[in-house]
Amino acid sequence: MLREHPVNLAVSVRELEKRFGAFVAVRGVSFDVTRGEIFGFLGPNGAGKSTTIRMLCGILAPTAGQGTVDGLDLRTQPEAIKSRIGYMSQKFSLYQDLTVEENIDFYSGVYRIPSSQRAARKQWVLEMAGLIEHRRRLAGVLSGGWKQRLALGCAIVHRPAIVFLDEPTSGVDPISRRRFWDLIYQLAGDGVTVFVTTHYLDEAEYCDRLGLIYRGELIALGTPQELKTTLMRHAVLELTCDRPEDALLAVEQLPGVHEASLFGRAIHVVVDEAEAPQAALASALAQCGYGVERLERIEPSLEDVFVSLIRARDSAAQPQAEVRQ
Amino acid sequence: MNPRRIAALAHKEFLHILRDPRSLGMAVAIPMLMLVLFGFALSVDVDEVPMVVWDQSRSHASREFVSRFEGSPYFHLVGFVERPEELAHALDTRQAVIALVLPTDFAERVETGRRVPVQVIADGSDSNTATIALGYAEAIARIYGQDTALAELHRQGARLQAVPVEMRPQVWFNPDLESRNCIVPGLIAVIMMVIAALLTSLTVAREWERGTMEQLLASPVRGRELIAGKMIPYFAIAMFDVLLAVLMGQFVFRVPLRGNVALVFGMGAVFLAGALAMGMLISIVAKSQLLASQIAMLTTFLPAFLLSGFLVPIKNMPWLIQMATYVVPARYLVTLLRGIYLKGVGLEVLVLEAILLAVFGVVMVLVANAKFRKKMV
Repeated sequence: MLREHPVNLAVSVRELEKRFGAFVAVRGVSFDVTRGEIFGFLGPNGAGKSTTIRMLCGILAPTAGQGTVDGLDLRTQPEAIKSRIGYMSQKFSLYQDLTVEENIDFYSGVYRIPSSQRAARKQWVLEMAGLIEHRRRLAGVLSGGWKQRLALGCAIVHRPAIVFLDEPTSGVDPISRRRFWDLIYQLAGDGVTVFVTTHYLDEAEYCDRLGLIYRGELIALGTPQELKTTLMRHAVLELTCDRPEDALLAVEQLPGVHEASLFGRAIHVVVDEAEAPQAALASALAQCGYGVERLERIEPSLEDVFVSLIRARDSAAQPQAEVRQ
Repeated sequence: MNPRRIAALAHKEFLHILRDPRSLGMAVAIPMLMLVLFGFALSVDVDEVPMVVWDQSRSHASREFVSRFEGSPYFHLVGFVERPEELAHALDTRQAVIALVLPTDFAERVETGRRVPVQVIADGSDSNTATIALGYAEAIARIYGQDTALAELHRQGARLQAVPVEMRPQVWFNPDLESRNCIVPGLIAVIMMVIAALLTSLTVAREWERGTMEQLLASPVRGRELIAGKMIPYFAIAMFDVLLAVLMGQFVFRVPLRGNVALVFGMGAVFLAGALAMGMLISIVAKSQLLASQIAMLTTFLPAFLLSGFLVPIKNMPWLIQMATYVVPARYLVTLLRGIYLKGVGLEVLVLEAILLAVFGVVMVLVANAKFRKKMV
């Protein structure tokens, strides 16, 4: 990858590491985020997403490694970083016993918004979150989608250049999630860099670039398209047949099949190459008495990519673990 | 330190208090309740001690002797007993705390000028009352002895009018020796210590528990701004508590306030700054509301109650414990308030205590600020 001038990088980290006692939460993570992009940080729960985002926001000190956020050093200038960024933590950190307006007023005081702009910024947040009519209601009684948009509004009331969102859409209904992503696009359109963590793969498709973190290590980095085409060493076949639950067990036993998993009513089969096994698979299934409706090569989804990357990582780690025992 | 940010934090904290009427009620009701409870119950005055008499003499002289006790405000004669078992029963059941036993030959011995042994039995399970009551009983017996001796001398023609030396006691600052006058000013200090630390001990821990601290840590708020912003509303509440306590002292307990009222509030303010900062420090270290409130109770209530000189004079304590009292800030406020209330003295006498209170305040604020790190672990 071409190293860009640091000024154009919203975030740049090298060999970032965080240990909690003997536990290594984040190990040797390096990546760059260009200004204005939506960078998705993807990974299962406990993979180190929140730990990384907290280090970037200056509320956790890295154990090793270095990095910059908005051109400022993570290790030496955390307080300067804090006034340039917006952060929305995993739990919506609103004051439940304060009204919508009081929450916004509090954060505009904390971020020292000049009094000439306060009213306009408040109006902007209220409109963005769709809370104009509910401005005097307590934050605690709002529904999940509203709380989430209000929390975003409070985090960006000071117009930061970079916004860090830690699993902003967890536990919200699909329509609210969609609306929230519209807001993220709107921010990116205004030139704001958005760093967002998620474990929803459909959301990952909305990002300009993705990093996949697993067990504290960054195991993939690129655009969604790059990940699907270059990182997937195997081909994916989609199979539609009778009794897919039973067929799945049979398919897994066949030679040349790496993995098979259910995708709705279909089965995704990961194989070495597309052509040779395709015919063998069809005949083998027919022999076992499963009527094959459809069997064709498909472009892997992000889920296929990540499942295969994670399985590859696990099978590489397992022999090591056994040796250690 | 940015005033806008402190104002935003103070305003927010004030709203939290307003929205939670229970905590606001607690902040005002607890000090009042403690003041009423301790102010009325914690009287160490001894009077109307219940007494029984076993008068074996049944004579004019013995009745005259007993009437001296009856006429005294310190004793209350609850009845006569006839047998040792009755006497024991009266003391066992706490009908009486003290018992007088007059011998059968009481009258003869008095008349013939011989020594009369009068037995006084006291219930020592309440040693304070027993000690004081025995002192009173001894004084009454001595006066009776003097009076009969003088009467005898007089009858024999001596011209002696009175005993040569007569003590005329005069008590300064609290002429009626009312323990309430001594207790109420000290009590104000103890209550302030407990309530102030308890109030703030919950605030930082609450933000940790609710997850809002993470958001604050990621903002440009400075630790000292957070501490200052959070202390302001509680300082206002605690000063209101001081006002209520002073008013109650004046109108409910009628404790004389001889010194400068402004000095009471001024010293209260200095003390509260330290006590509130101490609560903040506990909250910062504990990070959980339950733990913080328990630590606050433990580190304020017992030392303030036992080691401040409020109940037990510090001079009566063992040397090691006396040393420990120097780090109990309530000690200085107890001395200050008693001085201002009862003696009417000012800073010319109490300057050392005032300085030490200020030191306590500054140290607490500095330590709280140093302990607050803008990191999650």
